[in-house]
Amino acid sequence: MIAFFSSGPVQLALLVGTLVAAVSALVGVFTVLRRQSFAGHALADLGAVGGSAAFLLGIPQLVGFVGAGILAAGVMELVGIKRVQGRDVATGIVFGLGLGLTALFLYLDTQRAGTSNAAISVLFGSLFAIDASVLPLVILLSAVACLIVVVFFRWFLIDSLSQDLASVRGVPVRLTGILFLVALALAVELSALTIGAVLSTALLIAPAAAALRLTRRVGLAILIAIGVGVGSTWLGILMSFESYGWSGGAHSWPVSFCIVLVAVAAYLLSGIAVPVRTLTRRRLARVL
Amino acid sequence: MSGSAAPVLEVNGVGVSLAGRRILHDVRFRIEPGEFVGLIGSNGAGKTTLLRLILGLQAPTEGTVVFDGANLRHGVIGYLPQKVALDADLPLRARDVVALGLDGQRLGIPLPSKRRRALVDELLAAVGASEFADTRVGQLSGGQQQRVLIAHALISRPRLLLLDEPLANLDIRSAQEIVELLARVSRERGIAVLLSAHDLNPLLPVMDRIVYLADGHAVAGTTDEVVQSAVLTKLYGRQVDVLRVKGRVLVVAGDEHDHGHDE
Repeated sequence: MIAFFSSGPVQLALLVGTLVAAVSALVGVFTVLRRQSFAGHALADLGAVGGSAAFLLGIPQLVGFVGAGILAAGVMELVGIKRVQGRDVATGIVFGLGLGLTALFLYLDTQRAGTSNAAISVLFGSLFAIDASVLPLVILLSAVACLIVVVFFRWFLIDSLSQDLASVRGVPVRLTGILFLVALALAVELSALTIGAVLSTALLIAPAAAALRLTRRVGLAILIAIGVGVGSTWLGILMSFESYGWSGGAHSWPVSFCIVLVAVAAYLLSGIAVPVRTLTRRRLARVL
Repeated sequence: MSGSAAPVLEVNGVGVSLAGRRILHDVRFRIEPGEFVGLIGSNGAGKTTLLRLILGLQAPTEGTVVFDGANLRHGVIGYLPQKVALDADLPLRARDVVALGLDGQRLGIPLPSKRRRALVDELLAAVGASEFADTRVGQLSGGQQQRVLIAHALISRPRLLLLDEPLANLDIRSAQEIVELLARVSRERGIAVLLSAHDLNPLLPVMDRIVYLADGHAVAGTTDEVVQSAVLTKLYGRQVDVLRVKGRVLVVAGDEHDHGHDE
């Protein structure tokens, strides 16, 4: 345990992991409310193109992720997110192209830049190998994402209820959609850094979905989601660290796998909580 | 709300053309404070376009829409759109939906306030939705959702409530309850109501006046003035018969399709 907390990479991993999990959970609640987890997945896939190109361009991986993610968010807004969801074939082709480009860049990474771990790092994250120099950028991007959600909290809510009701109240629905896509891109690309582009939507959706099963209040759901997200990250990091001993020192489980495992377990457990609560309420009603 | 001489709404010779096609032509009527007005017409007659014009979601190609003698609709109108598709798993509670009607356009996170909660409770009670105040809206029946959305539209204290086909998809009993609720709210709070529907029968007991739309043309007046064979024949441009059976009205237009059909 002491070895666990005194390790430098672990301390940095805990700090970055906490920030990223909190932002993902916060944005995730609105993603579930707005039924845009699909858009989150799209942004993660397309962000991977930038993440993998970053090695070739010699820029930090996070910059690559976020650059491509914001660009993809812009394109999705121009095409129209509703239409993206409706256009099955076009969507499939664009995603295919995105992942194809990622494959190409990852190949070139290993060939030219000689970074053989690029594929693992882009697709499955690099929480234990984060360079301390990106910490200020992680903090800045997290703050921007949180600020967007806090300032436009009610716009996101009423827009998720009905665009017509939102526009009648004078809420600019198009701007609302853009703002949310930016917050979503930031959250997804930040978790792409820690647990990878492939798994980032798990940290976005699972804590939020679990929280929304446990409470009907949006504010409380946000707090629970943040708790579940951060808790999953800590438990996942601990599990990954300890798993080295479980396997007799042969290897340790990937940290991204451990985090996602805990988050998904939390979601499944929340499903049990719902019938229990209903039962308790019924019992209470009978007594009173 | 009485004492103001100006009508809440004046629609002055409004017309709309879209892609060279005339959707509305020279529509004119006015709504006095506290009046209950039915906007009747079949699908495609231009009801939704007319409501969108009044809401300012669309601009007229001719004519003007005036509120309270001024051109500002802000704060005057409460609105209930057609078929608000509330997802079954939308996690907002009825109470959240009503609160969003109060300040959904504001920035920042709403702080819990007693006054705000009391106002939301009052509106939920006024529409008979207190029972399911903490239920997720997606899980409510169509009639219950309509009540919640009416409370959402009323909480900002509008002078005019616009409802686009609020009775569609409701069973007869729920539709009747919603009409009675609207009539009561209109009377008690002095709010004018403009409600669109394709069947005028559920509205007959409560309508002060009617705006009848057909093919983009409109006639307005009391129900007795408007719902007559001669008037509607002129409006439709073909033979229309108005039949009165046991307190219900059947409008039978030409040989194309009938309006105001019975169930």
